[in-house]
This record gives sequence, C-alpha cells and structure tokens, in this order.
Amino acid sequence: MGIVKTDKLVFEYIRRDEEGNVEGITRAVDEVSLDVKQGDFVAILGHNGSGKSTLAKHINAILYPTEGTVFVDGKNTSDESNLWDIRQEAGMVFQNPDNQIIGQVVEEDVGFGPENLGVPTKEIWERVEESLKAVGMYEFRKYSPNKLSGGQKQRVSIAGVIAMHPKCIILDEPTAMLDPNGRKEVIRAVRALNDVEGITVILITHYMEEIIHANKVFVMDKGKIAMEGTPREIFSQVDKLKKLRLDVPQVTLLAHELRESGLPIPEGILTKEELIKALGL
Amino acid sequence: MLRDITLGQYYQADSVIHRLDPRVKLVTTICFIISLFLVDNWAGYLIAGLFLLMIIRFSKVPFKFMVRGMKSILFLLIFAAVFNLFLTPGEVVVSFWKLKITREGIRFAAFMAVRLIFLIMGSSVMTLTTTPNNLTDGLEKLLGPLKVLKVPVHEIAMMMSIALRFIPILLEETDKIMKAQIARGADFESGNLIRKAKSLVPLLVPLFISAFRRANDLAMAMEARCYRGGEQRTKMKPLIYHKADVLAYGTVACYLVICITFGKILL
Amino acid sequence: MSIILDHVSHIYEEGMAMEHAALKDINLVIPDGQFIGLIGHTGSGKSTLVQHLNGLLAPTSGNVYYNGADIHEKDFDKKQLRSKVGLVFQYPEHQLFEIDVFSDVCFGPKNLGLDKKEVELRAYAALKQVGIEDEYFYQSPFDLSGGQKRRVAIAGVLAMKPEVLILDEPTAGLDPKGRDEILDQIARLRKETGITVILVSHSMEDVAKYVDRIIVMNQGQIMFDDAPKVVFRHYKELEAVGLAAPQVTYIMQALKEKGLEVDTDITTIEEAKTAILKALRR
Repeated sequence: MGIVKTDKLVFEYIRRDEEGNVEGITRAVDEVSLDVKQGDFVAILGHNGSGKSTLAKHINAILYPTEGTVFVDGKNTSDESNLWDIRQEAGMVFQNPDNQIIGQVVEEDVGFGPENLGVPTKEIWERVEESLKAVGMYEFRKYSPNKLSGGQKQRVSIAGVIAMHPKCIILDEPTAMLDPNGRKEVIRAVRALNDVEGITVILITHYMEEIIHANKVFVMDKGKIAMEGTPREIFSQVDKLKKLRLDVPQVTLLAHELRESGLPIPEGILTKEELIKALGL
Repeated sequence: MLRDITLGQYYQADSVIHRLDPRVKLVTTICFIISLFLVDNWAGYLIAGLFLLMIIRFSKVPFKFMVRGMKSILFLLIFAAVFNLFLTPGEVVVSFWKLKITREGIRFAAFMAVRLIFLIMGSSVMTLTTTPNNLTDGLEKLLGPLKVLKVPVHEIAMMMSIALRFIPILLEETDKIMKAQIARGADFESGNLIRKAKSLVPLLVPLFISAFRRANDLAMAMEARCYRGGEQRTKMKPLIYHKADVLAYGTVACYLVICITFGKILL
Repeated sequence: MSIILDHVSHIYEEGMAMEHAALKDINLVIPDGQFIGLIGHTGSGKSTLVQHLNGLLAPTSGNVYYNGADIHEKDFDKKQLRSKVGLVFQYPEHQLFEIDVFSDVCFGPKNLGLDKKEVELRAYAALKQVGIEDEYFYQSPFDLSGGQKRRVAIAGVLAMKPEVLILDEPTAGLDPKGRDEILDQIARLRKETGITVILVSHSMEDVAKYVDRIIVMNQGQIMFDDAPKVVFRHYKELEAVGLAAPQVTYIMQALKEKGLEVDTDITTIEEAKTAILKALRR
C-alpha cells in the first residue's frame, strides 16, 4: 500500500433550500480509488466543481468519506484516534494565500504547526529555519505576511507545512490566485521538495504547464476519475481534455493541430524540442 | 482612503523599554493607571509625571509621537474638564447666569485633565513599544491563572492575534469593494442619514460574506495544521523574565510606594 | 470620442515616508472601438492606471480627458463618466450583494436614475450578453457556480451601457474552459456593439489571441504600446521585466533557428499552424 490510498471513496452532501428542507443529495466524489506511492509527484486535474478539492480534503481528514475508505500511511482516516497523526503526515496548502497564514510574522507562522504538535522550543526554531530555507524565504523571516507577494505567501504556507515534517503534502490549487511569476516560484519550490527531500506531492491544479513534471496525472470529472496516466498519455488526448473543460500547453496543441492537418507527428508532444524532432528538423 | 487608519501603531526602535517582557509593560501600565486614580494632590502628579517622562526618554520614542496620539482625545479632554469645572459643588469663585465655577471645580477639572493626559500617554508608551503579538502573548501568560476559573484565556489571545492579522486585510478589502460599487454608480457620500445608511448595504453585505469566507478558510487551515486549542501546545517564543524585567518590577514597586506616600498619605 | 491621459503621474502617500510613484508621466490616447491588452507584472501600475480612466483615482499631476472634457473639473459629472467607462475589478463576484441575480444587475442602471422599465430592460439585455439563462435570474447570486457569478458581475457593469469596458483579469481563478468562455463572450460583445475593451491580463496567450493593441507597463511607465506582433518581437526586454511572449512565439523562433523558413512574429496557434504547413510544403 502506498502513502495515500483511497478505496471506492464516495462523498455525498445534502443540499438544503432556505427553509432547511432537503432538496437533494450531491455526490461530490464518486467511487474514487487511487494509490499514491511514497516519493511520487501526482497531479490531479479537473474543471471547477469536478470534485478535486473535495477529494483532497479527505486526504488530510478534513472531510470523511460517506462510503469507502481513505488510508494515509496505512492509517484509516475514519478512525478518530488517527486524526492528528494523519494531519501531521499529510500537510495541506490551500488556494487563498491570505486565508491560511495565521502568524503576524513569517517565522511565527511557520512555527505554528510545530507549536501545535508540542515540539520543544529549540527544535521549533531549527525546523522553522530549515523549512524557510527549503522554500527560499529565510531572508523574509521577520517580515509581516501582509508585505509579501502572493507567490511568497504561498511559499511561506508551504514552509509552514514542511515544518511539521510531513511525508506527503497536498496542494489544493496553490497557484490559482497568483500571477505567472508567482506560479513559477511556487511550482519550483514544490518540485524541489519532491526532488530533494523526497516528500510525496499531490498537486491539484488547472494550469496544464504545472503538471508536466508529474509522475502520474489523474483527471477528474463529475466526482469520478475520468483519465489516468503519465502527463504524455494525458496530453495525447487533446479532444477528450477539451471536452472535460481543460486545455493542453500551446506546444501540445500546435503539434495536435499539425497532426490533424496530416503531418506525421505523434500525439503527446510536451516540449518545443520534441516538436522540432518530430518535424524532422 | 481607509488604509490611512493606523492600528496598533508600533514604533520600531531598539530601547530598554522595547526589550522588556510584555508582561512587565502590562503590569506597569496597570500600576501606573491605578496610581493616577489614587493620588489626589500635586505632589503625586508631579511624581507620576516624572516617572512617565523617564519611561518616555528610555523608550526612544520621539515625544511628538505621543502628542500626535493626544490630538484624537482632545474633545474628550475638554468635555471632561468642562464637566468637572461647572458641576462640582463647593466654594463659588465666579458665577454667571446659572453656571457657577467653584474652587473645587477648578481643582477637579485640572486633575481630571492631567489624569487623562497621563493615562493616554502611559498606555500609548506600551502600544508604541510592544508589537501586537507580543502584547497578546503577554496577556495570555498574565491571565493564565484564570484558566482555573474556566476562562478561555488561550482562545481569547488567539482571537486577538487573528483579529490583528486580518484588520489590514479587511480594510484593504473594504476599500476595494467600495471602489467597485462606486464604479457601478454607488454613492456613499451624499443624501441624508437614512439614505447614507441604506447606501452601505452594497458595501457591508460583500464585506461580511468575505469575512465569513476568510474565517471559514482560516479555521480549516488551522485544523489542517493540527491546531487543537491551547492544550499540550509548545511555544516558539516563550516568555522568560530576564534581569532587566526584574529590575523594572522593582522600579515600579518603588514608584508606587513613593507616589502613594507623597500623593495620598502625606498631604 | 476618446480617453486621453496627458502627463499623468500618481504618487501614493505623497510627502510620507512610504511615498512611491505608481504612475510616472503617462501619455496615452485610447480611441473608440479598440481592443486593448494591458500587461505588466504585479505592482507595475496597471491597476492604478485603469482606476484613472474612470476617475476613481485622481492624478497627482497631469490631466485625464474624456471626450475632450477634463474629468476632474468641478462641474464634470463623474457618475455619468463611470457609466460610460465601465470598470470590472478582479474577482468581481466578491461585490455581489443582492438577493437575486436580476436585482444585482439592476444596481448599476438604477444608480444612474433611469426609470424602472429602462433599468430592467438593460439588466435583461446585459444578462443575455454574458450568456446567463432566464432560469437563473431569480436565484441568489451566491448559489451560482464560480464562472456564472463572474459573468453576473460583469453583466452588472454592462447594464450601465458603457462605451469603454475595462476588465481587470476577468479570467483569474477560472478553469480553462471558463476562461475561454468569458473571453469569447467579451470578444463577441465587442464585435456586436463596437465598444472599446481594455483587458488587463497576465496571460500573453490570451492577449495575443484577442487584442489589436498591447500596452506594456513597467515600474509606472509605459514600456511598449503597439500591435501584439511588434510588442512580442521585444521578448527579451519583456523577459527582463518578468514578462514573456506567448509560448508559440518561442516555438517559432526555435523552428527558425533549425532552418525552417517561418515568420517569428507569430503569436497564435492558428497562424503558427498555417506558417509551418506552408514552410514544409516549400
């Protein structure tokens, strides 16, 4: 069993009208089974409302399955005695950079998690230092979060999670509210964590450029896993992705269009170098 | 617009007072305020004034910063003084129409003014030299014993510190929503009071929704980072008394004794 | 009919320690009917600039003219200006407040003092323009999906019948399809009504696809102001200030280096495809 495993996970919530009467039941996650291995970089794609965020919140035991099970490092999230272990092992970074920073000074925010875990003071300082260095924010440790850019705030949030020494980190659209430079900063930091520290990464996004380096991609639609494979396998299916309200990087799209026009180019071109090669130049 | 409001106006400097433990500063401020209400002669106020002056000098905060803070309470100051001036019974000095100014009135009004000025200055020395989070830490530790009485001390401190973190964000948001509604032709300035109040709806509804959304997000983020209240929590920056803090306590005790001796007992 | 900025500068917190110039001596003419892309990294002065166009901010020095009249003259009707120069802020759905979608869209025209019938006609037309179906009209705006909310908020500005529509990153946070839908609707709207559109965006690909003029801001100044092809020719300078050309432009450059006879000015997929096919056939 991998570090994160879901088995036929179903999550339903009840919709109510203004008087509180039940209007219906929405199945946000529908029989999702996936297995993430230690050290993997997994991307979950999906349009708004496809259920990807709901799925992510199960891995951190913020939500519990209606049916099925979720295991984090072999521990069942539905078992309440595992709660704090799971939240420590599977850290979570959210979308809005402003709404997840608790401290009024960068270093204090990063220390928040270890404080909650009851880590001794001296070790908190060590963890804060190494975490801030890992995301390249150490020189900003004395800053007020309000003075940072969006990308910097998200890197602080990531540091706040790694200071808890998790085995796995789940990022729920961490770049959705950032500008292109901020997005690059964050993705670079995340990749470094995966490469250097060997932390398992589950990245939820709808920016296609961000998933090229993933080992495995899951595409969600209507609560189900609609596609699954390597980035190349996923990007080989341009039309299917478009149907799922998604997109492909420009180079992939161009290669696809050229292929449609009759050129002998394989599907799933990911870089311009590959395109050049495919064109025989 | 709204961003001009400064809250928790900490003045960055490296001074003995800045480095003191926040608990010392809180206790000193409270003692100082108590002393102001205990003394009732000029000697007492003179001692209090000298003590205050000494602290301000040590704090390295420019005096004009203190005075700037006083401007906002000028109205209150005049009101309190005038109130005491006319409404204190006693030996009449001047009288015209129905108003009488008494000797006791003058004395009271003067004392009241001095008291208020000292009180505001004394407490602003504390906020000027202590960062808000330091202050909440100090408060949490000081009120710690109240936990026995089931007072949620940790929670109160956490709420204060979150509020302080989000005030600038919400102010900025207010500014933004206001501009967006003005761009849709909203008018927040003209009209009578009722119209003005009504015109605030397009500002307040989005602001509340946003505040709730943020609160919800933040609660989730805190839970995800294993927050479970104050139990078994350690501190990154625990408060520890140093030599200077003990000295400061001693100084405050001396001040209290002297101030009360001269200002209350010996008249 | 145009907006003219004449030597406009804007300094925040003038005379204070925090003083910084957000706009430095901007000269700009925005004639009728153009589709303009405004790009620049965060903090380059884009937001400050667009807030000058409808008089939300006043220049520290210099003048802004709308149809020849100085908008900061005493007797100039600012409310009228704001209806003519519609500004859609970033995440506009955060400004929704009414109990249902239709009333929210009515807010703008109602503030203009129009009669009830005209207000409702405009709200209806605006909602149709952004593709919101009748069935949603009497729902709470807060029950809609993210993309729908965004469109309702845009309709709220459209209902004022602006002659110039400014959108500050209208696609932020939306999924790829949602992004395309909003931009396609804006492009269609412009085609149908001929209004001026100013699109503030971080996506070079989007800008290249839709606009016919690009203004690049950097450190409070206009760095480039030209047709997309010309602007993206300066991709090296753009990169130096944290921007870039569309990905496809780089592809064309790489192809050219490898000896394929293609135009490196290309900024859209469609053009790239045609050019590559043509070059290969040769």
